[in-house]
Amino acid sequence: MATVFPFSAIVGQDEMKLALLIAAVDPTIGGVLVFGDRGTGKSTAVRAMAALLPRMRAVVHCPYGCEPESVAGLCGVCQPTRKSEAPKSRLVPVPVVDLPLGATEDRVVGALDLERALTRGEKAFEPGLLARAHRGFLYIDEVNLLEDHLVDLLLDVAASGENVVEREGLSVRHPARFVLIGSGNPEEGELRPQLLDRFGMSVEVKTPEDIATRIEVVRRRDAFEGDPEGFAEAWKKEEQKLRRRIVAARKRLPAVAVPDSAMERAAQLCIGLGTDGLRGELTLVRAARAVAAIDNHKEVGDAHFRRVAPSALRHRLRRNPLDDAGSTVRVERGIAEVFGP
Amino acid sequence: MTPSAAAAPALWEDAVLAASLLAVDPLGTAGVSLRACPGPARDRWLTLVRALLPESAPVRRIPLHIGDGRLLGGLDLAATLRAGRPVAERGILVDADGGVVVLAMAERLAQSTAARLTAALDTGEVVVERDGLALRTPTRFGVVALDEGLTEDEKPPAALLDRLAFHLDLSAVAVRDLDAPVSSRADIGAARDRLAAVVAGEDGVAALCTAAMALGIASIRAPMLALRVARAAAALEARGAVAESDLALAARLVLAPRATQLPAPEPPEPEAPEPPDQEDRSDDEGADQQDPLEEVVLDAAQAAIPPGLLAQLQLAGRDRTRNAAAGRAGAVQHAMRRGRPAGVRRGEPRAGARLNVVETLRAAAPWQPLRRSAARGEAAQDRPSTRVEVHREDFRVTRYRHRSQTTSIFVVDASGSTALHRLAEAKGAVELLLADCYVRRDQVALLAFRGRTAELLLPPTRSLVRAKRSLAGLPGGGATPLATAIHAAVDLADAVRRRGETPVAVLLTDGTANVALDGGTQRAQAEEEALAAARALRASGLTALLIDTSPRPRPAAHKLAMEMDAVYLPLPHADPAAVSDAVRATADATRPAAVPVP
Repeated sequence: MATVFPFSAIVGQDEMKLALLIAAVDPTIGGVLVFGDRGTGKSTAVRAMAALLPRMRAVVHCPYGCEPESVAGLCGVCQPTRKSEAPKSRLVPVPVVDLPLGATEDRVVGALDLERALTRGEKAFEPGLLARAHRGFLYIDEVNLLEDHLVDLLLDVAASGENVVEREGLSVRHPARFVLIGSGNPEEGELRPQLLDRFGMSVEVKTPEDIATRIEVVRRRDAFEGDPEGFAEAWKKEEQKLRRRIVAARKRLPAVAVPDSAMERAAQLCIGLGTDGLRGELTLVRAARAVAAIDNHKEVGDAHFRRVAPSALRHRLRRNPLDDAGSTVRVERGIAEVFGP
Repeated sequence: MTPSAAAAPALWEDAVLAASLLAVDPLGTAGVSLRACPGPARDRWLTLVRALLPESAPVRRIPLHIGDGRLLGGLDLAATLRAGRPVAERGILVDADGGVVVLAMAERLAQSTAARLTAALDTGEVVVERDGLALRTPTRFGVVALDEGLTEDEKPPAALLDRLAFHLDLSAVAVRDLDAPVSSRADIGAARDRLAAVVAGEDGVAALCTAAMALGIASIRAPMLALRVARAAAALEARGAVAESDLALAARLVLAPRATQLPAPEPPEPEAPEPPDQEDRSDDEGADQQDPLEEVVLDAAQAAIPPGLLAQLQLAGRDRTRNAAAGRAGAVQHAMRRGRPAGVRRGEPRAGARLNVVETLRAAAPWQPLRRSAARGEAAQDRPSTRVEVHREDFRVTRYRHRSQTTSIFVVDASGSTALHRLAEAKGAVELLLADCYVRRDQVALLAFRGRTAELLLPPTRSLVRAKRSLAGLPGGGATPLATAIHAAVDLADAVRRRGETPVAVLLTDGTANVALDGGTQRAQAEEEALAAARALRASGLTALLIDTSPRPRPAAHKLAMEMDAVYLPLPHADPAAVSDAVRATADATRPAAVPVP
């Protein structure tokens, strides 16, 4: 694979970077949606994050990359052998799977292995993209242009964490827990509300307005294109630092306390904004906890809520699509009401 | 806009220059959007590009309705059947590695095809996940998008335009102008060798960024592309470093066509300090403190902007961070869609049903050993045992379900008589309706009429952001060309219907016509023509709803509604919610249920 632009070298776009880091620290957050102008480095950031993630341990020869330690939620290959012996495992990169536009359903969910069927007459299951994305990330660029029948399919799998294939005489189920990452440009069409709701956090990116930032963006990009390896080498230290921070934050995460008072604050904010359902509160608390873990704080507090509330709640407001005040403004207003200016 | 004829030779010279620069760095500059009708100028330019690119560089033409299989690659059917195992076929984008793809009729390019192209441009590889294949092939290529659009609204998808360095317009170039010094393939070859070593100074980067800002170019890709073009220009001139003239050239070729505002030479007239105003001022401060290099770059870009364009831009100055013509996603996307795949069933590819090759092969696969041995037993000679035996009962066809989309066409009377009383209320009603359309995933289009013309403010789209923006910018005042407006609505409805969608017209007017079709102002003639237009609307079978926006319900509007067989709804009191309900009822009555397409 070609050298990718280092994550730490991305100029500005702090909200997007934070949201991606939160997803890397706590995958249960439910995915990140990045919506914004053209040419703001949306895809660059996601691909860069892929290179940043620390490797994970996976069972050797398991087509789904099951976790060696866990007992629940294993695939059909690992399940029977698990009780008797400890499986062999190895370090693999965390999968960040691209779902390209124009992908066909059979490749997404998996289908009959054509080659084995034609040459040997065997009925075998060939895992698809969802299998490959298990325990990792599924990235959909231009998510608002994704065809409806694929969206339906993703919604179901993302909700249940399991991919059930019933086609061509195959009956296969395998775990498919992944973090959904979508990006797109709102001018090219809206996202279906159901899919919108599946994303834990939603980030708006804008082209930087001040000239110094813009010059820096162009300069770094230019340096990268001139000598990708050299550029990556120069940023290697920063990258490693960030990677260590992610690893440390993951370790700290279970220990971060969420006091009842903080829960109450989150509930106040959600009630004030009138978000639908409980998913908003849950995501808000989880994201705040992840931020606390990243910053090495022991307890979730107002400061953490302030940082994550716009991304966690922006897309959950009962929406009047024509309201002049954008959702971001409404969330900010709500924050000011609950937490003070 | 058509640049004046005097500028034409210069235009051609720039086009030739762009061709050379493209040939020097087709991958970095990402390509050209070439606006011109088919003709000698375009042919000459394409021949030139072909002649300048190295002999070995592939040039592939992509037809408008290319399938994903050919574009990205997929299953090679013939080879698969022959070999008895899946054989992949390379797509055009992979074939074009190191060369150029030519997009025919790029202004009609589907959003989805454009997205595939831009993904390949961005990542430098084509990723295929289809037909049971998973391939990842690196490929780098340039794009020449042939844009045959005539109006401002017809242009290639914005996502693609944003990535192409050069936007050329050859529509004003005549045959006699086609005369400019051309570099040779050897020059280009030498420049290509030098390109990697060309260095660009920090101040050059700063100059391009500042110029892009001052010209109101929001996308950060523009200065990046300009920088690459400056490099290519330096390489072409056999310089080791980017010089001032290279930057000026890059600004002229890359930045000028994207300008959405003029760099204001004087501070704007003092107004109440509003946020956008402040923004302007900070731009100006930047402009004042420019060092000479930045001025050179900016001047070069500015000089290349035709005067007519600037006048237009100044009018549209308020909305400059976003390109008003961006994305006609809704419209194009749906034209390409044949409904939603609703599974595969056994059946023969007849009567328009499409054979699903992969599924057919899958159905045949389990039987192969059996059939092969049977075939071997029957035949005198051994057949090649790897052949796939496909029988008739294996045939699988794809079913599509087509849900007919509703497109609501809003025809808003923005003339003086309405503007005085009710334009704000009418806008409010339309906004409510838009929210409703959002819920139902309908498309909306917006026609406004005032003065002498009816103007299509918004082609059918699902983007509410755009709908709202164009509505907010709708000015009021002027006469009422009602007949013209009704005819425009009928035409639009016709176009919508041809795409397989169901149009519903919603007219908001007080029913007083005072401008005739020919622009005359005889009231009697205007009214007569409006009624005739209304009858034409009825004849076309278009479902319509007429909302009377006059302060008191008027017989004129009611009569008009009768003539067009429309639901008549007076809006005597400001109650947009009632209007919303009425439109919903009308649209629901016409909405067909999901229609299965065999």
